[in-house]
Amino acid sequence: MSDEIKTLSSQLAQDPDSLVFLRLGELLRQKGQVDAAHRVALTGLERHPHLADAHDLYARVLADKRDYERAFDEWDMALRIAPNHLGALKGLAFLYFKVGDVGQAVAHLEAAWKHAPDDPGVAQALALAQGARVGGESPGAGRAAAGEPERAARAAAAAAAELAPATPAAAPLDDARVFAGLEGAQEGLLLLDAKGQVLGGALKDPRGRDVTDAVAAYLAGVSHEAARTTKLLGLGRWSGVAAEGKLGHIHLTPPGGDAVLLVVRDRSVPMGRLAIIAQRAAAAARRWLELDR
Amino acid sequence: MTDASRPAGYGPALDLVTRVRGVRGAMLVSGDDGLVVAEQLMEGIKGVAVAALAASLASRLRRAMEAAGLGASLFWHLQCDQGSLLVVPAPSGVLIVAVAEPDVNVGLVRLELLRAAEAVG
Repeated sequence: MSDEIKTLSSQLAQDPDSLVFLRLGELLRQKGQVDAAHRVALTGLERHPHLADAHDLYARVLADKRDYERAFDEWDMALRIAPNHLGALKGLAFLYFKVGDVGQAVAHLEAAWKHAPDDPGVAQALALAQGARVGGESPGAGRAAAGEPERAARAAAAAAAELAPATPAAAPLDDARVFAGLEGAQEGLLLLDAKGQVLGGALKDPRGRDVTDAVAAYLAGVSHEAARTTKLLGLGRWSGVAAEGKLGHIHLTPPGGDAVLLVVRDRSVPMGRLAIIAQRAAAAARRWLELDR
Repeated sequence: MTDASRPAGYGPALDLVTRVRGVRGAMLVSGDDGLVVAEQLMEGIKGVAVAALAASLASRLRRAMEAAGLGASLFWHLQCDQGSLLVVPAPSGVLIVAVAEPDVNVGLVRLELLRAAEAVG
């Protein structure tokens, strides 16, 4: 796979208008290099805004990043360009399952099935989805149907799993996955090197704006200064900086080397709990940094 | 403790902090330039250098927190193996800084730093 990625990257560099970005982006996704796939997909989309496959690829990358709202927009756009686009129909069905709208999910799956009756994923998901819809639409069945909603939910979840864009391969070195599974991984955890360069995570302000780069720039060198201060005072090694703001708290931890881990939470999270969250995130960051060496 | 630089009026504010058990010293530091305004430190603590570094750290944290939409910094605490540095910015921009032992009551020091910040204005 790596050789093919190199070849495709080379081809794309030589001919930026080439459609090889579609294959390259998908391979990068599958390899777990979601950020690289994101760049390739976005650049490709900028060059081919009327290509449904470009929107489909970008939507899959966004779904990998759990940015489902924008993924929905991209799949929706792909369908406007190509109303029978199989990837977009499956993608939207997946998202409808995620929000519990089984009816819409089934409608999209049925449309997909009409155009790709041999697609095993669609057939399987449709069967599961129809089971979910039957289970979820039996209010008149009374006590005998007490377990139906649960069964319907399980069926819907299975259908969503069937439709989920192919899961990227485990990629411990992918920066988007440093904090995978941790609370607030997409908006409140940031791993920086000593120069303020982002190694992983992301940060959003209370209005939802991405402030990752600005915050990273201000924290450049903070690890070095904390270490100097500590040495000067003869206090051993620094283990963290907890700071309280008017609207939220931050916690800085040195997970290893000169790196700094930043955890941000609003004021509803007490400082003590923030320290626990920071410790867990630091452990994840430490593992990631060790793998990177 | 030394009180070589202790302008009248700042002494009571520093006293609020240094009377807490486990506090090794307290300083008022100009947040803009990192210069010592007043200090009550135990022997051996290099006040001038600590003041400069504390002001620099405070500046970085303030800017980062403002960029993150968290508003002004109210209190921060550098935690170390063998002690800690605790800081509260006063409304005037002066930093009230405490150097403490590892087993100090951080909550109590924070309260006294906030009171001192009010007193300093």
